[in-house]
Amino acid sequence: MISRRFLENFRPLLESMRDLTPIVLVILFFQELVLQQPVPNMEQMLLGLILVLVGLALFIRGLEIGLFPIGEAMAHSFVRKGNAAWLLLFAFLLGFSTTVAEPALIAIAGKASRIAADAGMIESSEAGMASYALGLRLTVAVSVGIAILLGVVRILVNWPLHYCIIVGYCLVVGMTALAPHEIIGIAYDSGGVTTSTITVPMVTALGVGLASSIRGRNPIIDGFGLIAFASLLPIIFVMFYGIWLLS
Amino acid sequence: MIEEFAGRFGETLVTTLRDVAPIIAVLGFFQFAVLRGPVANPYRVLRGFIYVILGMVLFLMGLEEAIFPLGEVMASQLTDPGFVSNGVEALNGAVNWADYVWVYVFAFAIGLSTTLAEPALIAVGMKAERISGGAISAWGLRVAVSIGVAGGVMVGCFRIVTGTDLWMYIIAAYVVVILQTFFAPRMIIPLAYDSGGVTTSTVTVPLLAALGIGLASSIPGRSPLIDGFGLIAFASVFPIMSVMAYAWFSEFVAKRQVVARFVEEEEDAL
Repeated sequence: MISRRFLENFRPLLESMRDLTPIVLVILFFQELVLQQPVPNMEQMLLGLILVLVGLALFIRGLEIGLFPIGEAMAHSFVRKGNAAWLLLFAFLLGFSTTVAEPALIAIAGKASRIAADAGMIESSEAGMASYALGLRLTVAVSVGIAILLGVVRILVNWPLHYCIIVGYCLVVGMTALAPHEIIGIAYDSGGVTTSTITVPMVTALGVGLASSIRGRNPIIDGFGLIAFASLLPIIFVMFYGIWLLS
Repeated sequence: MIEEFAGRFGETLVTTLRDVAPIIAVLGFFQFAVLRGPVANPYRVLRGFIYVILGMVLFLMGLEEAIFPLGEVMASQLTDPGFVSNGVEALNGAVNWADYVWVYVFAFAIGLSTTLAEPALIAVGMKAERISGGAISAWGLRVAVSIGVAGGVMVGCFRIVTGTDLWMYIIAAYVVVILQTFFAPRMIIPLAYDSGGVTTSTVTVPLLAALGIGLASSIPGRSPLIDGFGLIAFASVFPIMSVMAYAWFSEFVAKRQVVARFVEEEEDAL
């Protein structure tokens, strides 16, 4: 007889299967019916899919037993300790350190430096482009650090999230009018690339942990919102960086 | 074959460890130097971290093996002028946005399917379902976000084809989001705002980049460097709208059910 425990262990695998089926269907549909080409290298693709499947299931299981509990436990400890300065430093470092080395951001910053050089915004030399790309990366990383910090402050002092976001949107609109044309696309995209696969669960656990250990906060209303800050602030900061470079 | 596999496993492991190292350093420093409390279930947590790292390595290897190469080739084939205009060269380089129907369909399908597989979104969905006591369903939230990304990417492709300004779309989207905020159930607002940032990571970003660059470089007058950007921005704003719409809709349905039950009971009483 299959024990319940055994089935329980296989549940993440089944769920991963459900999550990946749409991608396979999309690829097959477009390959066979629209482009009318056979899928090249079927074995390689099957092997890859099995890896994706097992990897996703492992990742989710690891989140449940490792990342989520430790993130929430640390949030509880910070509240018990009662020292806001350490908590804010923790929030800033969590945002900054995970963003500064983010591969998607490095790729985007490299491309952005080429655009800027082509447009004559910066000196078209290796050194000029490298320093621009590094400046962009640091700008985004600092802004994500500040975003997580501000998000934690919001939970502590209980500001309503939507007012913060609406103010943020107004700033984005205002900055768009002032920022150099070449940087706008990059700025808008930088909001999306900053929050990576490991940062998101960690930051979510921090927010939910904080909101559930401070009296009078509702975890579902107050615990979320950190990632919203982290995807809005980089837009504003990157446009500011563009304005600052021009002046 | 096995050696090659082991070599790639090693490479991916090194890059993943490099990505995870800052988080572990920050967590370790604060746990042991600042908070100085014992960790509950240390072995279980350690096992969890090993699972997360191993899971990411296998996941990334599999994506690179199976999905990215094919997705990128498909993006470039679908945007190829030969495919788009059935081999007929466009006159004077003028582009008709309606010729790109398959590109929009592909954009929608790829946005939808990759977002459903996005690990960060799965994590947020799990968390939301648990702390809302099941009032927010993880799967419902993820489907809503995926539809948002799909719609966003589709509009983003339309923008690249027509060459209109990015900021106009984004500002219009902001206005819609602000208006929706006033009508959406309060519980969903923070989650909706968060879902904008969650959607675009490991699976979605590389495929969107391939699509944007393929599209921008195949259309005359577009520069892949400038016009290739922006798809991610669309993919991070549109889910906010779709999640709030989903919450509004499910509240509406729930209310109607309550009313219907009430009416039924009244009728029974009569």
